[in-house]
Amino acid sequence: MNALAAAALAALLGLCAALPAVAADPAPAALPGDSLYHLDAPLVDQDGAAFGFAEGRGRARIVSMFYSSCKFVCPLIIDTVQKTRHALPEAQRDRIDVLLVSLDPERDTPEALKRVADKRKLAAPGWRLARTDKANVRRLAALLGIQYKQLEDGEFSHASVLVLLDAQGRILARTERLGEADPEFVAAVERTLGTSAR
Amino acid sequence: MRGDRTIRPATDRPAPARLRSRALVALAVLSAGGAGAQAPAPPEYVAIPATRFLSVIESEPGTPPESIPAYSLRTTPVTNAQFLAFIEAHPQWRRDRVPSVFADDRYLSHWQGALETGAEALPEQPVTRVSWFAAQAYCESEGARLPTWLEWERAASASATLEDARKDPAWRKSMLDWYSKPSNTALGTVGGEPNLFGVRDLHGLVWEWVDDFGAMMVTSDSRDQNDPDRLKFCGAAAMSLRDRDNYALLMRVAMMSSLQADDTTNNLGFRCARDGGTTP
Repeated sequence: MNALAAAALAALLGLCAALPAVAADPAPAALPGDSLYHLDAPLVDQDGAAFGFAEGRGRARIVSMFYSSCKFVCPLIIDTVQKTRHALPEAQRDRIDVLLVSLDPERDTPEALKRVADKRKLAAPGWRLARTDKANVRRLAALLGIQYKQLEDGEFSHASVLVLLDAQGRILARTERLGEADPEFVAAVERTLGTSAR
Repeated sequence: MRGDRTIRPATDRPAPARLRSRALVALAVLSAGGAGAQAPAPPEYVAIPATRFLSVIESEPGTPPESIPAYSLRTTPVTNAQFLAFIEAHPQWRRDRVPSVFADDRYLSHWQGALETGAEALPEQPVTRVSWFAAQAYCESEGARLPTWLEWERAASASATLEDARKDPAWRKSMLDWYSKPSNTALGTVGGEPNLFGVRDLHGLVWEWVDDFGAMMVTSDSRDQNDPDRLKFCGAAAMSLRDRDNYALLMRVAMMSSLQADDTTNNLGFRCARDGGTTP
């Protein structure tokens, strides 16, 4: 996708996000029972745009959870996603969405997320850093199998997991390997994007 | 209001359902004390004061007691009758409609039908075979949430006379008597003896979901990046326990940390909690 098309898509997504959720397709095809998109958690991204978790339907997506004040693991999560993306054939790199949801809704305002996005040069719509409310953080983490705990000093101890969702929101693959692309995970991304890897 | 948006499949129409459930709760509160024969008992919450509390789980060696702000806890676990009323108002939680991501295939399987409790699930028995997702959604319908483990443990550490009876040999004995009882006997009904706070059935009836059940075995070593294996939370090896003799509470921890959020089991129910120590 070229830059112009990306910008147009971004504008379009921005418009859609401004519409109330009830205006969505009145009769969508039924989601599979094991789709994570049965949870339509309300999210707000680094640009302040509101969207629902289930709006990721239709494209493959890498999802993980992090928090922006984290000094150790979370930068590595971003590195790992970047490396995973880089390991894909060039034609596929823009066809995979990335969603990182904050574990720390109290401190991770859209402005805080924006600082991370700018620093790491992560631009919407491909990269979305997002926040939701506390109850939906728990739900999303439970669906993704990401255990976490807030420590007394405000830090979070959490599992670092990348989860690959297919276009219907079903879990296709997960990896806990950090700092490098996990070849099996990359292969799963290639498969779901529809080209034979080799 | 935080948590205002609940789990909601695309087919649900949220606003009327939610308004209705709020109205039901309001009605239930108004009619407290004079419930009819058919209507489920209205939920009752009691205030539990703020404290500093030392959990049996120690996330980092040597951590001091954690502070627990004041909260309110439901005096009894949610019953079959109450859960049925919830499902009638939120049909996406019927056992024949719930998506498999939110509940496994044993969800409410002891009920006679999707909207019928039947002989295996008496109205005043605690509801069991409910997933964490379903429990969380139920609590939101009561303007509440699931208690955290710390909140649950704090309430469950009280005896009839002591705020923290965990060191009391008589209390420990009574706990063990229940926990060693075989679980194939019929489930009792809610409404056991209240503890000092006025909370009932914390022991002796069912296991109960807590909000952060998945965090119980989490230690602080996810910040250690040198060894990738250390990122995985390895239960017993990684967790430290302050009070190794407190089997009653530790069995809960062990049981709960083996669960996934869509799991349901024969003896696992729940109760709800609210922020703040005042009873609405």
